[in-house]
Amino acid sequence: MTIRKLLIANRGEIAVRINRAARELGIRTVQAYSQADADSLAVRLADEAVEIGPAQAAKSYLNVDALIAAARSSGADAVHPGYGFLAESARFAEAVEQAGLVFVGPRGDTIRMMGDKVAARAAAAAAGVPTVPGSDGRIDSLPDALKLAEEIGYPVMIKAAAGGGGRGIRIAHDRAEFERFFQLAGTEAQTAFGDGGLYVEKVIERARHVEVQVLGDGTDAVHCFERECSLQRRRQKVWEEAPSAALDATKRRDLCQSAVALARSVGYRGAGTLEYLYDDRTGDFYFIEMNTRIQVEHPVTEFVTGIDLVREMLLIAGGQPLRLKQEDIALRGHAIEVRINAEDPAKDFMPFPGRIGELAVPGGPGARFDTMLYAGYQIPPFYDSLLGKLIVWDEDREHAIDRLKRALRELTIGGVKTTVPLHLALADDRDVRANDVHTRWLERWLETNGSRLG
Amino acid sequence: MSEKHILSPLPGTFYRKPAPDKPPFKDVGDMVTLGEVVGLVEVMKTFYEVKSELEGKVARILAENEAAVQAGEPLIELE
Repeated sequence: MTIRKLLIANRGEIAVRINRAARELGIRTVQAYSQADADSLAVRLADEAVEIGPAQAAKSYLNVDALIAAARSSGADAVHPGYGFLAESARFAEAVEQAGLVFVGPRGDTIRMMGDKVAARAAAAAAGVPTVPGSDGRIDSLPDALKLAEEIGYPVMIKAAAGGGGRGIRIAHDRAEFERFFQLAGTEAQTAFGDGGLYVEKVIERARHVEVQVLGDGTDAVHCFERECSLQRRRQKVWEEAPSAALDATKRRDLCQSAVALARSVGYRGAGTLEYLYDDRTGDFYFIEMNTRIQVEHPVTEFVTGIDLVREMLLIAGGQPLRLKQEDIALRGHAIEVRINAEDPAKDFMPFPGRIGELAVPGGPGARFDTMLYAGYQIPPFYDSLLGKLIVWDEDREHAIDRLKRALRELTIGGVKTTVPLHLALADDRDVRANDVHTRWLERWLETNGSRLG
Repeated sequence: MSEKHILSPLPGTFYRKPAPDKPPFKDVGDMVTLGEVVGLVEVMKTFYEVKSELEGKVARILAENEAAVQAGEPLIELE
């Protein structure tokens, strides 16, 4: 069936993005919104809007019953979850389908499997995709864990099987630390997650974060090449680009083919991303996890492939088989995305909600600004600080960085502090320009340069 | 009115407790010392401690747990 009316179960710039893709396909849009978002751009752009509860996300954007009720009352026949909130909730995906509606994303059981780190790792191993050396699943006995740690070589990461968002991770540098942390981590995991299960993984130092965008229709899958997101702060991506300048053609082919193999083996449906660590000294890559949703940084892939990923998601959810064949998907030029957050980079990225004064958005060749802002908009303090994303494209990485600087200087967001000064400084940094970065590079850089970002 | 009130330093969501399963930082009748933490405000998914700039005994709690508050809004009234 073709989708006729879509409930957008999210907010901010991604709700605006989904609205645009739906409208271009002739799909009517219904924007779900909390009381704090009645004035949002997403509400203004949608054909209809339904209030789903108070400002607190737990009572609105995370309220499954309220969202299903909104879909039903508006006569929507499909639900797009965006990213964050309920986008990777198997329970939500299943509730949507049980209500007789289409969930724009993978099946609930796929979300559940890829959300469990141990199961996802097992699925990767079964598809022949390399994973970070470590325990095959949970490891309960200290003697077994110790033996494995010595085989892998220190430093070794001890992780809670049920953990997430960086919680429940300890790094041991030698045998004594390993013994101590293993027992401590087991107790902590039991207390925090109600599950004391642990697993052990090699620490990849100076790793790059490279991820492959895939599209699947439940049977077949294709890749849309990779992105590199090595510049991170507190495990949050700050600057993302496509393609990864760290890969050569052979490595790129191997990496992307491994992602397609895994997506096919789990019968993946919709847009998804397989995240890898890439060690550019050894040329080894390791699967770490899959995100079963559209991602914040999807526009860099759209720029270098010319594919509208959200449109493809909607067509697949509407029951169409994949329209794209792998040989039709080509890589052209270089794209960079930077996240524009309402934060003060000079003051340890303190959140900075406020009312938007003047707003001037960059234009010209190869510049795209995906945002939730309009002049006079009062940014609510209840959600994350992402205001928009500036994405640029040019023929190669060097030109793309120059275009990024030009576009950042055109961008004016009055009334709040933003992360624009950070991105301008990064665009001029010698290591960034030489692409000599890794996942811990930015935090070290900020220790020296953070206070100068006024 | 502000000489007897502890105000929210930021706009956001006010929390009276350090964690959902913990008792409130302060109840009516408790003493508050200078610089003491009396609550948390969550702004854009980041938590900030509300530190009292006054001393005294809690007369009234003006903002409920998990209430949306504005910067400068009175949270706690002291005697």
